[in-house]
Amino acid sequence: MSSNTIAQDAPELRSINRSGIEVPTSVAASAVHPEGIGAPGAYPFTRGIFPDGYQGRLWTVRQYSGFGTAEESNERYKFLLAKGQTGLSVALDLPTQCGFDPTHPMARPEIGKVGVSLSNLSEAEILFRDLDLSQISTSFTINGTAAIIYAMYLAVADKQNVPRSKLTGTLQNDILKEYVARGTWIFPVRPSMRLIADSILYSNDVSPRFNPISIAGAHVRDAGATAAEEMAYTLANGLAYVEELRARGGDVDKFAKRLSFFFYVHMDFFEEIAKFRAGRRLWARMMKERYGVEDPKAQHFRFGVVCGGSSLVAPQPYNNVVRVAVETMAAVFGGAQSIFTCAFDEAFQIPTEFSAELAVRTQQIIAYESGIGRTVDPLGGSYFLEEHTDRMEEKIMQVMGEIDAYGGVIRAIEDGWIQLRLAERGLERKLDTDSGEHVIVGQNHFKKPNEEIKVGEVFKLDPTIAARALEKFQRVLDTRAQSAVDAALAKLAIAAANDRENVMPYLVDCCHAYATVGEMVACLKQEWGEFKEPVNL
Amino acid sequence: MNTLLQTRPALAGKRILIGKPGLDGHDIGAKIVALTLRNAGAEVIYTGLRRSPLQIAQVAVDEGVDAVGLSILSGSHKELVADVMTQLRELKAADIKVFVGGTIPAEDQLHLRELGVAAIFTADMPLTDVVRILGERLA
Repeated sequence: MSSNTIAQDAPELRSINRSGIEVPTSVAASAVHPEGIGAPGAYPFTRGIFPDGYQGRLWTVRQYSGFGTAEESNERYKFLLAKGQTGLSVALDLPTQCGFDPTHPMARPEIGKVGVSLSNLSEAEILFRDLDLSQISTSFTINGTAAIIYAMYLAVADKQNVPRSKLTGTLQNDILKEYVARGTWIFPVRPSMRLIADSILYSNDVSPRFNPISIAGAHVRDAGATAAEEMAYTLANGLAYVEELRARGGDVDKFAKRLSFFFYVHMDFFEEIAKFRAGRRLWARMMKERYGVEDPKAQHFRFGVVCGGSSLVAPQPYNNVVRVAVETMAAVFGGAQSIFTCAFDEAFQIPTEFSAELAVRTQQIIAYESGIGRTVDPLGGSYFLEEHTDRMEEKIMQVMGEIDAYGGVIRAIEDGWIQLRLAERGLERKLDTDSGEHVIVGQNHFKKPNEEIKVGEVFKLDPTIAARALEKFQRVLDTRAQSAVDAALAKLAIAAANDRENVMPYLVDCCHAYATVGEMVACLKQEWGEFKEPVNL
Repeated sequence: MNTLLQTRPALAGKRILIGKPGLDGHDIGAKIVALTLRNAGAEVIYTGLRRSPLQIAQVAVDEGVDAVGLSILSGSHKELVADVMTQLRELKAADIKVFVGGTIPAEDQLHLRELGVAAIFTADMPLTDVVRILGERLA
């Protein structure tokens, strides 16, 4: 390709964004309606949940951290804590996420691969050995078995004599998006909703500083949903949890303060900013108008974001550095509470120390050099942004209305309706990318001639991890008091069969008895059955 | 969609099973490929998540498919692909072509080809190429 042909590669600027909203060339002052916007920190929180924005508190800078065995992770955590980090993130392997013990045939090829294997309390004791759980905040990326992993964390705290009330951290614990896009479901939708409600209500009581759920749109976005759909599905899921919590006796003014959200940021700058502002306003309004929530803290839409994800590509990988910077700024203008920046090479290999550091530096440059965080919601009042936020809000409400018209998220997921919609959207995005209509510089336009793209190692593969995990697992089975395990599991079964019980205390007892994740899941499956995945394509 | 219409005959009359072996739950790639192959004229069966290699091989034989596509993003492609191919051989169905999609490092691609995998597709590959290559391999 000569420089001539590069100059001729001039893709059109589309006037409709991917959410399907017409983006105007110019917006008149009359498009802005200040009365519906409100002040920063005031209802309906279009301009942010705090009056002082990032001057009051900067967003949390989240960092990539590796994994391996519980022993290796424990060492890594100690290293990070010594360097001043206070938040730990725990990734679990797929057997732990899907509720299989390492001895299960399905588990074998996956032991310890995408995270640590926490098959029973003894592994959690190793993972948190010599760490003061009252001083650290632990974030668990766990969903299908979130209640069990949370029970295990409580059991570790009990063993370390740390009061449960001092625990801080976050569980993802969002099963609805698992059925749609991430796939670590176990039980049918309805008992899963009960399990989540049980864990949230229990956590509100015993560990009130802990965030027991992070309702995530990121995964449906990565699978192909538009920004408006990402927000709409997430808000709809959020409302489904609120309904379940209320049905189980929860007080919305109390539990709503502990709900948090999690999104991707992609490249359409104002679409993203408008998405966050519209979502924050919609959530506050729904809390107030539908549920009569008056406490502002229970109206707050707190969210974290990941910059990068599927918007990063392998060709001309350094372009991704620019993408992450643009996306991080969108997250800041959108008022995010925490930001995780992907490393530029994440699209094709495990990030190196260099690329992981650059990802964090990107946030620090934006935080401390650019100055864009000084004034809360600095773009608020922009004719275009306010108008775009209104359009985005309409679009989000339209998608939520379609889900309602179908019969609500639970039914839409049980029938596979949302899954199919998402697959079709994913196909659409892929075809638009293939054709170059959805411009990705370096991949479908402005390509470098003869660029060689090499996919490196994406997961750490240590062949000895599985063998060691199995050995340790067998030792636990051999040394624990079997009668205590049987008794604890029997009580769990009774609690699971009784819809008026909260299963959490029974799960904690099972953990204390060294019952395994696989045993607890099997016990609950006996009572609740398994999700039957709709495969209608 | 025009490009797909032009390639529609490419897979007419072919039966293809799309399988998700192992515990990896990221299925959007599998579904996009399934929809694409169907749009290209193939009859497509999708297993759903969390199938064992034996289950996938058994369905492939029972349904008399021409090819099995395996989608794996958990990094376990070497073990799982080898297992499915072994099971197919044991069911005397080694003639069923196996293709793989996912995040497959370059050196592993070589390894999979040596195992006898007919084609490997990564996320950045245009869908028209996926259809064309499969059309050639199943001709």
